[in-house]
This record gives sequence, C-alpha cells and structure tokens, in this order.
Amino acid sequence: MPQAAAALAIGPPALFQIRRTPPVFDVVVIGSGAGGGTAVKVLTDLGIQVALLEAGPMLDPNRDFKEHVWPYEVDHRGAGAHAELYFGRQQWGYFAAPNGYWDIDGEPYTVAEGSEWRWFRSRILGGRTNHYGRISLRFSDYDFKPYSTDGLGDDWPVAYDEIAPYYDKAEAFIGVTGTREGLRSAPDGVFLPPIPPRVHEILVQKACARLNIPCIPSRMAMLTRPVHGRAACHYCGQCGRGCRTASAFASSQAMIFPAGKTGKLTVFTGAMARELIVGDSGRVQAVSYVDKATRTEKQIRCRAVVVAASACESARLLLNSKSPRFSNGLANSSGVVGRYLTDTVGFSLSGHVPALEGLPRHNSDGIGGMHVYVPWWLWDKKDKDFPRGYHIEIGGGFPMPQIGSFHGACRRHEGYGAALKARIRQEYGAFVSLAGRGEMIPNAQSYCEIDPHRVDRYGIPVLRFHFQWSQHEIKQARHMRETFRQIIETLGGRVLGAANPEREGRGISVGGTIIHEAGTVRMGNDPKTSALNKYCQAHEVPNLYVADAAPFVSNPDKNVTLSIVAFAWRAAEHLAEEMRQGNV
Amino acid sequence: MSENRETSRRGFLGAAGLALGALPLNAQHAHHAHQAVRQEKAKGPYRPRFFTPQEYRTLAKLADLIIPADEHSPGAVEAGAPEFIDFLASNSPELAAVFTGGLAWLDGETKRRYSAAFVDAKPGDQAALLDLIAYRRNDTPELGPGIEFFEWARKLTVDAFYTSPEGIKDLGFQGNGAMAEFSVPREAVEYALKRSGLG
Repeated sequence: MPQAAAALAIGPPALFQIRRTPPVFDVVVIGSGAGGGTAVKVLTDLGIQVALLEAGPMLDPNRDFKEHVWPYEVDHRGAGAHAELYFGRQQWGYFAAPNGYWDIDGEPYTVAEGSEWRWFRSRILGGRTNHYGRISLRFSDYDFKPYSTDGLGDDWPVAYDEIAPYYDKAEAFIGVTGTREGLRSAPDGVFLPPIPPRVHEILVQKACARLNIPCIPSRMAMLTRPVHGRAACHYCGQCGRGCRTASAFASSQAMIFPAGKTGKLTVFTGAMARELIVGDSGRVQAVSYVDKATRTEKQIRCRAVVVAASACESARLLLNSKSPRFSNGLANSSGVVGRYLTDTVGFSLSGHVPALEGLPRHNSDGIGGMHVYVPWWLWDKKDKDFPRGYHIEIGGGFPMPQIGSFHGACRRHEGYGAALKARIRQEYGAFVSLAGRGEMIPNAQSYCEIDPHRVDRYGIPVLRFHFQWSQHEIKQARHMRETFRQIIETLGGRVLGAANPEREGRGISVGGTIIHEAGTVRMGNDPKTSALNKYCQAHEVPNLYVADAAPFVSNPDKNVTLSIVAFAWRAAEHLAEEMRQGNV
Repeated sequence: MSENRETSRRGFLGAAGLALGALPLNAQHAHHAHQAVRQEKAKGPYRPRFFTPQEYRTLAKLADLIIPADEHSPGAVEAGAPEFIDFLASNSPELAAVFTGGLAWLDGETKRRYSAAFVDAKPGDQAALLDLIAYRRNDTPELGPGIEFFEWARKLTVDAFYTSPEGIKDLGFQGNGAMAEFSVPREAVEYALKRSGLG
C-alpha cells in the first residue's frame, strides 16, 4: 500500500459514531489504552458489538501531534505560553503527544501521611500509548514463578508457555524490532529487523563487553518495515510527539481507528466510568458513567464488561461498585483489590564522554529511544544483596535542541560569552545517560484504597495511596548506580550525577513516576487470595474482565505494555468464547 | 534561511508521503505566526510588549554578552532572545518580576559602582560586574540578588539561542527530517572508537 494511503487509512477518526443515548451492547470496554485498545480490536474482529468508554476527548493525530515542529515555530519555543516550564508547572513537554497529567483539575487523589506517590493519569483516546517509550520486552519464564524462585511474592497462575502464543500475536500485530539472542532473561519473539546502533551506543556496547554485560539491539514497537497498513518509520526520533504515519505503536491509531471501520464499535468520549451495576444474577448488567460535557449520569447496558482503565483506576472502579452482594467492592470478597500496588524501580545517571567531543555531525535521530539496551544479566547469580533485577536503557546522540537542553551546561560551567558558547558546542553530543528499570516486590505497605472523605468533581470517591519502597528496591537502585558508574568510566567518561535529580534525589525514583503501576486487581488460582482467574476474568463475576496491568501478580523489569497487550488479547478471546458458549 | 527550511519541509513531507495539506493545524498556525513575526521584524525594530525601553535595551545588552556572535554564528540578539524573554514576561507575572527586579538591580549596582546605567557603562565595567555575578562562588549578601538574576538571564538566553535556526545551525544538528533507512557515517564511528580506545 502506498504510504499516503496508509496515512489516510489510520486517521482522521471522523468515522466514529459518537453517541449520547446508548442501546444495549455486547461488551463495554472501559479505557482505550494498550489493554482497552487490544480488547476492542480482538472483540470487533470477532464480530462483537463493543462500546468503548474513554474519560478524555477524541484524538485527532493531524490536530494533536506536534511531530516535526521546530521549537522556533512557536513564540514560547516550548516553554509554554505562560513560561510554565521555568516554574516546574509544565505537566508534560509542550511538543509531546497529548497523553496525560500528573494533576487533573477536579480529579484529585490523596496520599497517606508518610507515603510518597505520584499518579499519572491519561485522559485521551489511546491513553498512554500515544506517548509511551514503546519498549516491548517479554516477561521471562522465571518472571512467572517469582515465589518458586526466591520465596518472595507469589507465583502467577500462568506459565510462560501459555502466554507465549499471545506475545507472538501481540508482537506480530503492533510490530516490534529485535534480534534472536537466546537469553533466558529476555525471551526472543516475533521481530522486525533491528535498527543499527548510534555512535554512542556502539561505544556502550564495547564498554559493556569489557564488563561482561550483554548489550543487544532494542525491542521497540516502531516499524522498521510496514505492518498492517502502517508505514515504516521515517527515523525522525520524535515518537514521543505522536506519529502521524502511525509507525510507532499507539492503540488509538493501530487498533481503535481501524476497529471504527468495522461498524462494530461505538466510542463514548468524555465518559468517566463511575460504577459497574450488578443485577440480581450477580453479574454486571450496566455501566454507569458521568458524561463530562453535561455532568449527567448515564448508563449503558451490556452482556459483559472489560475494565482497562489503568491499574489504579480499574481498582477504584471496582471498589466504588458496592452492592448488597458485593459490600467490599465488586469482585472483591478476597479483599485484594487495591493491594499489591507496585511501580518500576527507577534510577538514572548521565556521564560526559570526552571521546565523543568533536564527533563528525550527522543525523542521529533514529527511532524515539534507544537502539540497544542491556537486558538483566545476573538472574542466576546468588551473591547479590537484592532479589530480582533490572534492565538498562541508554540515551545520547545529537538530540534536537530544546528549552532546557543546556541548563546543565549553564550550571556546570557558569560564566558567559564566547567561552560558554564554545563549551556548549564542544560538548553537544558527548553525553551518555543510563536509566535502570527494575522489579519492585509487592509489599504490605503499598496499596490504594477509597479515601473515605473525598470525592472528585463528578462525585466519585477518590483513591488514597500508601506506598513504600523496601530495602530490596533501595539496594537494587544502589547496584544500578554502581553499574552505571562502571560503564561511564569504561567509556572514559565522567559521571555528572543523577540524570533526573528532581524525581530521583534520594537515589531511587518516587513511587508512581516510572508510570508502570500494576498488581491492584491481581489474578490467581485461589479466589481467597486473588480477584481474577488466569484469563483475567473475575472469580465471582463471570462477565467481568480486567485487561490492564492490574491483574499482574508481579511487575518484572520488562515494562508492562507488551504484556498488557498479550494478556488483554487472551482475555478478549476467552470472553468471546464464553459468550459464544452462552456462559456469559 | 526560511526559504531553505521551507524546502526541507517539503522534502520531508514528500519523503513521508504526506501532502502539504496534511500538516497539523498547529504546525501550520505556528508556521504562519512565525512568518508574520519575520515580516513584522522586516518592517522595523521590535516593539516590546512588556519591558520599558530602558529595560529592553539592558536585556538585549545582557543577551549579547551572554551569547555573542563569533566566527561560527550570530549571537543571541539576532536569534531573538530579547523578543523571547519579552514574550514570556508579557504572559507570566512571575517571570516578569524576576526580570524587572533583576534588571533594576543590575542598573542600580552599575550606577553605584561606575556611576552609569548598565547599557551606558564601559564594556570593561560591564564585564567586571558580570564576572562577579556569573559565578555562584561569589555569592554574598551584596551580590546574591545579582547572581540569582544572572542565572535566569543566562538560562533563558541560552534557551532562546539554541532553539533558534541560528543556534541549531551552530550546534550542527542535522535531524528533524526523514530517512529511508537509519545509518550512521562510518567516519563518525571510527572517530569515536579511536578516541575512546574501545575500538
């Protein structure tokens, strides 16, 4: 298909019916990110009538994506019309795809005394997939058996071999780059060709080889070849701004817009789910939501529901869905909903590498993110002082200059004039950053619950968060720091300090800020200790499925999105089969 | 410069298979606004939205001293730093206060030391004062407000310069385009391997 036609085929979403008076639907999907988008795709492909509820507005890539805009094309250059960036009030980069917020007007949450937690929430069709890093790593076989491996946490009710076919489907559909490496910690998949490494990445690979650390081509959901009518990448490196050719995976463009053409999908935007309403049968019979535009409550009747509102919003919806039969919240007789909250452990360092100074200038944009990465390499070593592991993400190259690009240079060099200008020119492109992303083990101090005293502007009770890192995570972050120092020094570089001092000032990220929340509606074989079965179907409510990272029993160092797609795919197929058999 | 950029944009859009009409509205709007600013500039000197003429002259002098023209590229004034700071100050009372306060401090301190406003002081006197307030190690109750202000002035001037066509060219940034396949020049790889000793 010619690329122009491909671009046309994936936007603009004027094809949707957007309605405010709903009939009965086969399935209501709540949330339009990786999980909701997958459920929509799989269900509509099977001919099932779906209503999709999104709490934010419709996405229009042609209007909303600022791909290829130079900073000087806007008066404020990206600082925000009111200079928000300079006062720490910019929620997300000006040029970034519309994605979400750290604070939403009228939709608060609370954090219990003694806890530190920040909750990122998306409010737009496609959710966080419009922007996310698109790192796409399979969980390993041992990741599904954490308790059996080290006695911490719990095992999943699913083994790697059971979910592997769904990883295959997920990768083949969204498009993931990579190479077959045969590493146990990073299982191989269905890969598109990899992207050649940038200059600094070649140096990092050499340095890692000296340290006996693997550094392999990255596995990213960007298209090095056309896939399903989506054009191949044009290597502008701006995936985070949203991609008008949909060459970077986003559920909005790759799943929901095409589903809109099947005639099986109706999208309700500005629809904030409030409660799942249970009938006498003990099954969900309708979804109550607030139509934000009119601030009125509406209901959609349905045969089944897929909740994919993001881990904590999904837990909130279940906890707020109380009835005489489910006085503790829907599908929560076990009391686990909201418990086992985890985020990824984050720590990063950057270094100045003199060998890269004066590097012949060239276009290093590539894909938006790393071309090589370090998978966890010490999974079978027993002499570490922490359990589990992390992977390392690598940054560097000649980035497009932005507001703030040289604030670090100003702090380090001070001064002014020709000397400052010459130093900035000399150093440009001579930095490498290393970011660790590691596994947190669920603990009893980390959970969310309904705050008994607060409601949002729609009258919906809000979440209260409790969160603590344990020594496991703190020691792991220390190991990251030491490893990163070794890599930077092997490059002949000098460590400059935390790449993200605001959020990692204590040597470990603030909980929630890596935006990998998981575990709050977990799956398991035992209904006493889990809310969902291995198909993400509620033990107590057979027509209720959860399809984001809430069902995850652990939160491995592999980032959650690819696994959300795989588990949501399996859940949607299971639901369709249950409907076909008349069980739902 | 703007003609070249337009050409490269068309080149990119062609490569990506997009019609010019497929530009996002905000980019079109930004592009038009940008053109309008250039046309307005061509008509005559920029009229500040927020700063008084004296403040604006001082701000422009400061920007010129922070990022001057050199053999590689023009300086921050040509790159629009004073306009950028004026635009933000006109929309942010918080930033406006930083700059009006800081510029007043600078004039007051220059008058006290050299009996002249900053813009009217001798270049050597201007430099002598900046050599003090451009470094945190000189922080004293006397110079503290100046050091604090200079950090702001330097930060915004540097931002304005390196986000301008002039600054982007100075750095040699070659991206924001389209490539059929990604590759890096062999000479760049060899350069880095050799210098790092990792080759």
